[in-house]
Amino acid sequence: MKPLLELQAVSVSFDGFLALNELNLALAPGELRAVIGPNGAGKTTFLDVITGKVRPTRGDVLFRGKSLLGISEHRIARLGIGRKFQTPRVYQNLTPRRNLELAVKGSHSPFTLLFGQLNAEQRDRVQELLAVVGLEANASRPAGSLSHGQKQWLEIAMLLAQDPDLLLVDEPVAGLSDEETERTGELLRQLAGDHTVLVIEHDMDFIRELDCPVTVLHEGHVLCEGSMEEVQHDPRVIEVYLGVEDDDVSAGATSAVASDSGSHQEIP
Amino acid sequence: MTITSNSSLSPAAFLRRWWPWIAIIAAALILPFILPPFRLNLLGRFLSLGIVALGIDLIWGYTGLLSLGQGIFFALGGYAIAMYLQLDSLEPGQLPEFFGLYGVKALPLFWQPFSSPWFTLVAIWVIPALAAGLLGYLVFRNRIKGVYFSILTQAALLVFFNFFNGQQKLINGTNGLKTDTASFFGQMVGSDAMQRNLFWITVLLVIAAWTLCRWLTTGRFGDALIAVRDDEPRLRFTGYNPTAFKTVVFTVAGALAGISGALYTVQSGMVSPQFMAVPFSIEMVIWVAVGGRGTLIGAVLGAVLINYAKSLISEQLPETWLFIQGGLFLLVVTALPDGVVGWWRQGGPSRILAMLGSSPPTATYPGLDLDPEAQAEKRAIEARARTQESSTSQPSGAER
Repeated sequence: MKPLLELQAVSVSFDGFLALNELNLALAPGELRAVIGPNGAGKTTFLDVITGKVRPTRGDVLFRGKSLLGISEHRIARLGIGRKFQTPRVYQNLTPRRNLELAVKGSHSPFTLLFGQLNAEQRDRVQELLAVVGLEANASRPAGSLSHGQKQWLEIAMLLAQDPDLLLVDEPVAGLSDEETERTGELLRQLAGDHTVLVIEHDMDFIRELDCPVTVLHEGHVLCEGSMEEVQHDPRVIEVYLGVEDDDVSAGATSAVASDSGSHQEIP
Repeated sequence: MTITSNSSLSPAAFLRRWWPWIAIIAAALILPFILPPFRLNLLGRFLSLGIVALGIDLIWGYTGLLSLGQGIFFALGGYAIAMYLQLDSLEPGQLPEFFGLYGVKALPLFWQPFSSPWFTLVAIWVIPALAAGLLGYLVFRNRIKGVYFSILTQAALLVFFNFFNGQQKLINGTNGLKTDTASFFGQMVGSDAMQRNLFWITVLLVIAAWTLCRWLTTGRFGDALIAVRDDEPRLRFTGYNPTAFKTVVFTVAGALAGISGALYTVQSGMVSPQFMAVPFSIEMVIWVAVGGRGTLIGAVLGAVLINYAKSLISEQLPETWLFIQGGLFLLVVTALPDGVVGWWRQGGPSRILAMLGSSPPTATYPGLDLDPEAQAEKRAIEARARTQESSTSQPSGAER
């Protein structure tokens, strides 16, 4: 099958520092993929390159076989690539309903917004998404007054309202309770199939729950790919996470990787 | 549940809902007959400044673009009407007086369309709008924002200021164009009767401008403006092109500034490059900041009240106004970030009362005390509580 998204030897250099180094990655349509890596591995830069925020120094990004280079962010978004940010980015002064009404799929030209109304389908979609993320009761107060978890969910709902083919989800469960984390994982698994989903996370348990192929980034390139089980037992992965050569793999290392992820989470 | 309050408005409810409008209309009708012409003229002028303030509120209060160059568009509107008035009061074959001073024999080409009242009526707002749209598009497309945008607009203002000052042969340079001795529909523009009409026109246009801004800011378009202000990259990644929104709103603000400038010109009797002076454009921003950024009525109130205070205080103590204005600005920046109207809406007055010792009224659901069903239910609950109390009074008394 032809990949939906393909990064071909992408390098990004910030004043000589290589944030991405000859990165190759392909996502098949309908795939759910997790990307992990220690801090500074280039995970966020990698999303910036896909969404047009950062232009690669070398290499090419293909979406449905067409290059995304030189296309502005809003056009890339309109092609069907949606992004959720690391810290929840919702419009604090607008209510959740209005946040969703801005995000919902449709024309985004100033004139449509001025003279057009949301059609019944769009209104239903907004209402449905408010129910999905449990924000119906809070639909009319400013989003800035929501809790952290609610903001995370609102942003996920905004992403869904956009109805992109490719969802780029940066740390969707940071700061969420266990129950919320579980529901988020469920939601993402449901989305895969109809959508292609790429998740960046530090929470290893969450990724294990997702039960999907994992790509490990390190120093701007792909260190290895495979299932969570395989990745966790890969000596190179253990080395970059622990910083030492460790022959004693399996259980000890697995928990080390998992607990190490905890310490990463604290660093913003 | 039955909702009766909306369908049949009782006179009291009608008054409560519409009193601001009733007050405004009454004031607009009565004031011209009770204020001396001089004061009325001042009020009309300051009201017309309310329109440029509305535009600034749109671009700054809602969209987060602090423009220090609105004077450009304000002056362009003023020049448009002044050129028409200069031409309108001439005998055929005559040229405006000042051309004689510089030896200009023929009317410059760009003056000619301004002999048409219809062209002028359109030019007053279209020329500033085009200028704003072009400047805005170039700036926003290059993603210049924040303080760089402010500096750039101020620089543009200075360019226009110097250019207009130097063009004696075209627009009388530093001296500007007089309008008060020009005639309009056979009447002198500076006459009391004409000024009274201009006052009413100004009131109507302020209301129209307010309505326009309200329409722009309440729907999804307004939400998008707020989104541009609060998180532009987020909006971009949702598939919006912020450049388009910013250009549209900056164009509208330019048009409003032009209308404002034209009204101000005919009521103050002249237009000159001083309309593009740097301090004046900064003052416009201060009116909006003090009145209340992001509240439309605050922009108009700020413009009118500050200017009225300025003229009253300057009459008594000419030297102090700048200090007072600076103090006002400091007060707003430090204590009232949302201006006076924002402070009022966020319950400022009741907080002051609370500080003085009176307890604020407890918030209840508005209709609760009036809703007969709710009252019936309340009585039922109280009755039940009383019967329970009497039946359980014995043991609870024993416990105590």
